[in-house]
Amino acid sequence: MKTFKWWAFLAFFPMLASAETKEFKLENGLKIVVQEDHRSPVVVSQVWYRAGSLDEVNGKTGVAHVLEHMMFKGTKEIKAGQFSRLVAAAGGKENAFTSQDYTTYFQQLEKSQLPLSIKLEADRMVNLNLTDEEFAKEIKVVMEERRWRTEDKPQSKVNEQFKSTIYHVHPYSRPIVGWMNDLENMTAEDAREWYKKWYAPNNATLVVVGDVKAEEVLKLAKQYFGPLKARSLPDRKPQVEPAQTGERRVVVKAQAKLPYVLMGFHVPPLNDADKDVDPYALEILAGVLNGNASARLNQNLVRQSQIAVDVDAGYDMIQRGRETIFVLDGTPSEGKTAAELEAAILQEVEKIKTSGITEEELLRVKAQVIAADVYQRDSMFYQAMQIGQLETTGFSWKVLESYPAKLQAVTAEQVQAVAKKYFVKDNMTVATLDPQPITDTAPKGKPHVH
Amino acid sequence: MFTNSLIRGLCLSIFTLAFASAAQAGLNIQQWKTSHGSEVYFVENHDLPIVDVSTNFYAGSARDEKAKSGLAGITRYMMTLGAGGLTDQDISKQMADIGANLGGSLDADRASFKLRTLSSSREQTKALEIYTKILQKPDFPDAVLSREKSRIIAGLKESATQPESISSKAFSKALFGNHPYALDEDGEIDTVTAIGRDDLHKFYTQHYGSQGAVIALMGDMSRAEAERIAESISAGLPKTASPPALPAVTYPTSASEQRIAHPATQAHILLGYPGIKRGDVDFFPLYVGNYILGGGGFVSRLTEEVREKRGLVYSVYSYFMPTAEIGQFQVGLQTKREQADEALKLVRETLNKFVAGGVTEAELKAAKENIVGGFPMRIDSNAKILDYLAMIGFYKLPLTYLDTFNDEVSKVTTAQIKDAFNRRIKTDKMVTVIVGADEAKQ
Repeated sequence: MKTFKWWAFLAFFPMLASAETKEFKLENGLKIVVQEDHRSPVVVSQVWYRAGSLDEVNGKTGVAHVLEHMMFKGTKEIKAGQFSRLVAAAGGKENAFTSQDYTTYFQQLEKSQLPLSIKLEADRMVNLNLTDEEFAKEIKVVMEERRWRTEDKPQSKVNEQFKSTIYHVHPYSRPIVGWMNDLENMTAEDAREWYKKWYAPNNATLVVVGDVKAEEVLKLAKQYFGPLKARSLPDRKPQVEPAQTGERRVVVKAQAKLPYVLMGFHVPPLNDADKDVDPYALEILAGVLNGNASARLNQNLVRQSQIAVDVDAGYDMIQRGRETIFVLDGTPSEGKTAAELEAAILQEVEKIKTSGITEEELLRVKAQVIAADVYQRDSMFYQAMQIGQLETTGFSWKVLESYPAKLQAVTAEQVQAVAKKYFVKDNMTVATLDPQPITDTAPKGKPHVH
Repeated sequence: MFTNSLIRGLCLSIFTLAFASAAQAGLNIQQWKTSHGSEVYFVENHDLPIVDVSTNFYAGSARDEKAKSGLAGITRYMMTLGAGGLTDQDISKQMADIGANLGGSLDADRASFKLRTLSSSREQTKALEIYTKILQKPDFPDAVLSREKSRIIAGLKESATQPESISSKAFSKALFGNHPYALDEDGEIDTVTAIGRDDLHKFYTQHYGSQGAVIALMGDMSRAEAERIAESISAGLPKTASPPALPAVTYPTSASEQRIAHPATQAHILLGYPGIKRGDVDFFPLYVGNYILGGGGFVSRLTEEVREKRGLVYSVYSYFMPTAEIGQFQVGLQTKREQADEALKLVRETLNKFVAGGVTEAELKAAKENIVGGFPMRIDSNAKILDYLAMIGFYKLPLTYLDTFNDEVSKVTTAQIKDAFNRRIKTDKMVTVIVGADEAKQ
């Protein structure tokens, strides 16, 4: 699913130099990771909570994201709306995001303004003033967000249905934004309950990257986060998706012109960064299929057979829920059906299962790993994202150090082996968009409609 | 597939980036002209082993003729899909083999080509060799053209069903009328169908001359290396004069409102007026003023009134898009279709009050604090600096533009903002497009 472009960097997970990275832990359990980067007089500060849609229960889907919105609505000391004004007055940029695995709040500031960020985040970690009045307004904003993000976007609808088909049991089956019914029935008390449950120093990581000294960040963190009390966190029960034992299909009808097909296979996520082999092989496989414009799917299906106008493949090994999928999707060319494109994509997968990949392809993907490792150092935000994501999903940022070597070690045989092992029909889920014409309400005689 | 994630607000910074223009003291921009008349802007920096190049031409969609709308975009894209005997697949493979990234974009004014490569000799040499071929020796293979036209047409058909695209297309048409800024960068189904290989050749020869091309260079290279790179890019470009200026934009003579039916759950609403040019005398008052109106993320008046106080929208914004000729001033929002009229009324009231009454001293102070204080983040990466170099060069802004940006912002007064908005934004002549609302309750 395509969301914001700046987010797309997570598709591929290159490593970074960690020479200046330091980590600390406060007595109350708050983890702190600082990476010094002195190229510009700026700093990015992020607070990561180990709370996302993964931790929600039926009937209250979307509450992690709703709480994220409410975190800007004031504390005992800071009035509603003031948080953003204080950051803005310091020249800062700020925002927050919620995923399946985490909720993250960030500021980007000129380096001398870091104390403001630390102070405000420590305050709202425990002092949120979540009123019924503010909740009543903000829940409407979130429903507008769901309409904009999902209801009126045919491919988003397909993705939502796909998730709830490929996962029957695991909470990754649920949309992060929540079902509309759950949003309509959500109360301020639901949000308060979520906040009390998960917002505590021992369930968070502070990540700071920029023109700072690690020891000074630690001092600030001690000053503001230090006095906060650790809380006992609820048990996290393991949630395991039972093995899929037969092909699954879902069709979504929505107003659109072109069909769309989205296919997925259950595959292993990263569990043990040192010992695992398959996740790295799957990462290389994603690169061979779709890592660049010359990769197999684009070359064979868009450029040569021209059965697709676009096609994509992706795999994300870093998951706190320890479940993940390998996804293939695409839009058929005019006159071609979703079924034809599905068959063509599966044929590409089949070719790898039977004939493997070439040494040339393997080297090409590895060359890109090396370059990406250098390029990502141009973005402090990106580097902070990688650290925060790893720490929050139960790994260490140190995984970044071994990651390129792990990818370099993957062989063509291992890539073929994972394709054979996981890309089997009984393990496949397919969602398709059946486009519906816009009939009676179609604009007539307007120049922009064809 | 990466972890799907929701974000609290739309990334409004993409709009303000259009304004972004900045440099801290010490960002040493070197500027010269190649022997073939291309302008070069260079910042040397050896912190990272990366070389970034951006070459820019006055070859945006405003250069299209109506009957061949989409030609500028197809020409730019097709240049990257076959050059000097290399096929599209050769180009992609060879770039991937050295980890180089080829990028670029097209807007109404500008066609740009970006290259990011490792600065190590083997990689850099190979990457620049391919990049230069793309700029100098496009092949425009027929088979590739026909394939890409089909893809573009499929995209146009899909867009014609989606409210976001429908509204922005109708808005540009209503705002700019017969001016080429009304033309869609992707063209129309009929006009794209009509485009042939000869059209691409002709467009390339006319619009990709070395005279006036702007080459921005950033990163791990010496001045001598930068000169060599710029010279070799410039030398093989067509010997064509710079394209003439675009026609002037005319202002709407009366207000208009267009309602387009659509079954979506949300109405998509856009309203606006012709705004400002690059280098406009009113740039700073309007920029700072717009931050207060609807550019400043979560602290703008529009966000406060429409989202924070009433929960009517997820996103509401305003921006000026300064272009070579007068570009869009746009206010936009999406809201549940049943409440479209209520939201639109509120937006109009907020805008009218803003234009008529101006801003308070406290609002101005807060705006300046954010813009001036946030300056270092505008240029905190090679990628961002490269874009600013290209923008300054392309729009012929003074080299000191970056150094004086914060001073210019600091000088803006409440009186200037009120005066500039009053003169420039005629609230009784605004263009409005509403897609997917229920019937107006009059």
